[in-house]
Amino acid sequence: MHEMGIAKSLLEIIKREMKKSKVKRLKKVRVKIGELTAVEPEALRFCFEASIKDTALDGARLEIEDVPLTGKCHDCRTRFRFQHFVSLCPVCGGKKIEKLTGTELDLVSIEAV
Amino acid sequence: MHDILIEEKILSENDAIAEANRHAFNEKGVFVINMVSSPGAGKTTLIEKMTPVLLDKLGRFAVIEGDLEGDLDAVRIAKYGVPVKQITTGKACHLDAHNIAHVLSWTLDQDARLLIIENVGNMVCPAEYDLGEDMMVTILSAAEGDDKPLKYPAIFNASSALIISKTDLAPHTDFNISTARTNALSINPELQIFETSCRNGEGIKEWCKYLCSRVLALRGPVKTNR
Repeated sequence: MHEMGIAKSLLEIIKREMKKSKVKRLKKVRVKIGELTAVEPEALRFCFEASIKDTALDGARLEIEDVPLTGKCHDCRTRFRFQHFVSLCPVCGGKKIEKLTGTELDLVSIEAV
Repeated sequence: MHDILIEEKILSENDAIAEANRHAFNEKGVFVINMVSSPGAGKTTLIEKMTPVLLDKLGRFAVIEGDLEGDLDAVRIAKYGVPVKQITTGKACHLDAHNIAHVLSWTLDQDARLLIIENVGNMVCPAEYDLGEDMMVTILSAAEGDDKPLKYPAIFNASSALIISKTDLAPHTDFNISTARTNALSINPELQIFETSCRNGEGIKEWCKYLCSRVLALRGPVKTNR
């Protein structure tokens, strides 16, 4: 369970950005979580909500975009979604795969007034 | 209402510190490995068995031990005269780049070409936290399931080497070494795989030989695969 640490890092960036943009009330936070990360979206939501409870950020909503693990085959250039994380081209059976998406753990944007 | 675009990695601070650690190690010519596994896979015992070989080939190396509590592992390693630093994380289930930054100057003072970081026993969380290592090494013991790579893909993806440990136990369990290899390579086809037994010594030399070749090789840019 390291989602509490992730939530803490997330809130540090948010507070820094809110100060910079001179906004006071946080409404919404958008994050992207890739399929291949070791982060459980609902655990992160729980930790985020627990961390902002009774603070100035209380009430903000966390919007999570789950990003599928996709790749491109080096040999036949096919783009595909990984099945069960297996690094294998479904068309030619190639194993040299460039990961395109699925490793994100990003804070995308915030809505605040 | 302001919609403020940020587009930043949530762990960007950890990543920046890890990169600073990596730069400092690189400057001093220290090769760093980050050893991860579930609790009880035999990380500390493996380091103990590697010690004579590494001392012979490298002269000197250093160890950082990460645990929730206590210094039992550090005491074990110190008996071999190897410089060792214990980090206790309290309740945190992994080491992060801060932890390593705090002991960075100690590490650089050890005049070692290799630093082994033994992470907290956990196959989930360490996958997300870059420490500034050159190589992440996962240990999977024959007392576990050979399907583990499929259940914990992130850690196998982030690793560049896999050590299948306790191979002497394999005949007494349902663990199939060949299946474990296939599963691990299906997640990460670039994994270098070694088989070791600390009971009968199998594979220790081969693994150390590979590690030392990496240590002694000219250092190129690091690909962390995260």
